[in-house]
Amino acid sequence: MPSTTTKNTFVAGIRTALPFAIVVTPFAMAFGAVAAEAGLNIAQVMGFTVLVIAGAAQFTALHLMLDQAPTIIVLLSALAVNLRMAMYAATLAPHIGAAPLWQRLMVAYGNFDATFAMSMANYEAEPDQSPPEKALFFLGTCAFLCPIWFVASYLGAILGAVIPAEIGLDFAVPILFISFVAPALRTFAHVAAAAASIILSLSFAWVPYNLWILVAGIGGMMVGAEVERRRAKP
Amino acid sequence: MIGWSDASIWTIIIVLGIGTFLIRYSFLGLLGGRDLPEWVLRHLRYTVVAILPALVLPMILAPSAATGSPEPARIAAAAVALVVGYLTRHGIATVLAGVATFGALQWLL
Repeated sequence: MPSTTTKNTFVAGIRTALPFAIVVTPFAMAFGAVAAEAGLNIAQVMGFTVLVIAGAAQFTALHLMLDQAPTIIVLLSALAVNLRMAMYAATLAPHIGAAPLWQRLMVAYGNFDATFAMSMANYEAEPDQSPPEKALFFLGTCAFLCPIWFVASYLGAILGAVIPAEIGLDFAVPILFISFVAPALRTFAHVAAAAASIILSLSFAWVPYNLWILVAGIGGMMVGAEVERRRAKP
Repeated sequence: MIGWSDASIWTIIIVLGIGTFLIRYSFLGLLGGRDLPEWVLRHLRYTVVAILPALVLPMILAPSAATGSPEPARIAAAAVALVVGYLTRHGIATVLAGVATFGALQWLL
């Protein structure tokens, strides 16, 4: 019964995402609180949260607006932070490119670091799933995390900074990302890609508009691919 | 927000929303179900491990919201999370190890 399997991947996506509410909630609340304090009204805070739905870009835009940067700089810098998601889209294409258009449109809306990393780990562990099954797993992670993102951001905006900065909750996001990367370091090529990314991000930190993220990311991917190619040679 | 009209704030929100969606849809829409050459697939196997570390590093080295300076507790907790994640291959164990180390060091230091 294909319908049963398909349904299960959606539920599996939700289940995989469950524990990460602990990290997404304070991150979204922090954006809501900071944005409201900066003088955005509730509708504008929720506009960012629902329409942009990308934490790092939202914070980038907010900080530049507070610095009275020109509109074009605000837009370019925030979009540059998100350019990495084009690499996510390309990486997802071999898995779910053949899924129906409505699924791809919804995946695109919910394509951010956490949902992408969780889904890639799932596709690598269970590569035999069909494109719609893979898409539904992705949408399961979104179906759980997106509403939390919205509600927590709203609560942050109306309640203000209820969580004191001293607790260090801003440390939750890097720990979350490490939890996606470390278990994925399966081969020497993966380790080399991650190491190259770190070295490049330090070396190219001067590149403006957050474009160093792309330099480090693409450079890391090239190193990983090259190491794999050389080691595969007889 | 001081220095920004409602119209310019909404312009930023809407342009960022559309631009971000187009970035996220880009290759997913353009490539569809097409087969990609092996050398492209080889690069795409490293997206997660190549992009996320570049995002993580500044967050660990950046001044904390609380103290305004880089914290040894953050660097130590990130290192512990990395080792635990590598050895256990378990995402939740990685988060717990990192948070526990960070909490313990903040309490001790």
